[in-house]
Amino acid sequence: MKVAVVRYNAGNIRSVINALHRIGEVPVVTDDPAELAAADRVIFPGQGEAANTMAYLRKSGLDEVIRNLKQPVLGICIGQQLLCAHSEEGDTPCLGVFESPVVRFPAVCGEERVKIPQIGWNTIENLSTPLFEGLKEGDFVYFVHSFYVPDCAAAIARTTYGGVTYASALRRGNFYTTQFHPEKSGDVGLRILHNFIHLCHD
Amino acid sequence: MLAKRIIPCLDVKDGRTVKGINFVNLRDAGDPVELGKAYSEQGADELVFLDIAATHEGRKTFTDMVSRVAAAISIPFTVGGGIHELADVARLLEAGADKVSLNSAVLRNPQLVNEIASHFGSQVCVAAIDARCDADGWHCYVNGGRIRVERTLFDWAREVADRGAGEILFTSMDHDGVKQGFPNEALARLSDELSIPVIASGGAGAKEHFADAFRLGHADAALAASVFHFGEIKIPELKQYLHNEGICVRL
Repeated sequence: MKVAVVRYNAGNIRSVINALHRIGEVPVVTDDPAELAAADRVIFPGQGEAANTMAYLRKSGLDEVIRNLKQPVLGICIGQQLLCAHSEEGDTPCLGVFESPVVRFPAVCGEERVKIPQIGWNTIENLSTPLFEGLKEGDFVYFVHSFYVPDCAAAIARTTYGGVTYASALRRGNFYTTQFHPEKSGDVGLRILHNFIHLCHD
Repeated sequence: MLAKRIIPCLDVKDGRTVKGINFVNLRDAGDPVELGKAYSEQGADELVFLDIAATHEGRKTFTDMVSRVAAAISIPFTVGGGIHELADVARLLEAGADKVSLNSAVLRNPQLVNEIASHFGSQVCVAAIDARCDADGWHCYVNGGRIRVERTLFDWAREVADRGAGEILFTSMDHDGVKQGFPNEALARLSDELSIPVIASGGAGAKEHFADAFRLGHADAALAASVFHFGEIKIPELKQYLHNEGICVRL
């Protein structure tokens, strides 16, 4: 199994590599189009800001490379947001694999001020696809984000924060994404990464 | 629902945990990696490692420790101590830390908060504030609580939030180490005035104190050291208690 992690100008890629090591995978970290295309699995992780990361992907040609990947791809956090159509963050057109927009959490929910970013462990519900095999409804995973994908047909998990129930994971064809960080979500997160690596794919 | 977080804090000197640590079934309680793993397995939601020596020579040792922690542990962790400039932040994040905590350095150079937020994102920047309720109100202190500075707690907290800090770690010097509970009034005011999460730190002596910090203090997370290290409060029991009290925690 050859696992590639996309190298680009986003932070926090090391923790994905560390987590993959813990489940017995040794990924290559690369921005080489041929190497990415040849991998069995591609992980598109990171933390970052939409406009800067998207500008980098365009300039490097990685935008086309990522959009055209045929093997299972896992976008994490900003990786998920960049795979959507457009982000409110910096009013940024994104890769468009998913039709969904990415929007900012509301500043208030009723009378309550909503703390942004959402930081911490929240539950995932309405789980579908083998990505979540072995998990329970309501398992906790770790989130750090200010922008989210509204609930949509592509949602394979949902989470509620700031009065909004949103899509915390998506799937379309070979593209899977999570808004949360499986690499920082303890054993539950490692199980998700393991499931992704072992997805059946024809 | 977003869970309230429980965060053990480990003091580290020359790559070893300090303070007496009374943990059963631990091969080497002085090893931050072993201890961090044990806490992670007990259900800690995050970990904080503070380099209390923070000497020039000690930095490399601490950075090496950060790499080892990152390789071994699958929950988020924050590191603090001896962070003075952007290069320090870059070095620790590169080693695998998720967040950095800064205290005196940002009171001396508030612009550093903006720089960290714009380079690495707000979520990386935890602004630690030591404060004391003096006769004229809550004031910030630096240098391990030895020097009072002009800024008041609430003004400074608002300023760092505006500058892009992702979280506030608030320690009341009057409450720290006394084990009589957290400063819930001040916590609640901070939490209600700010739009970023607030971590209560210092003062925990009983399980009830955590419940109070969340219910009365509106804290998003609570941090403690000795009550966990000495096994006076065990994290699984604490979390079960909070759950029974109707507080959302990750069990």
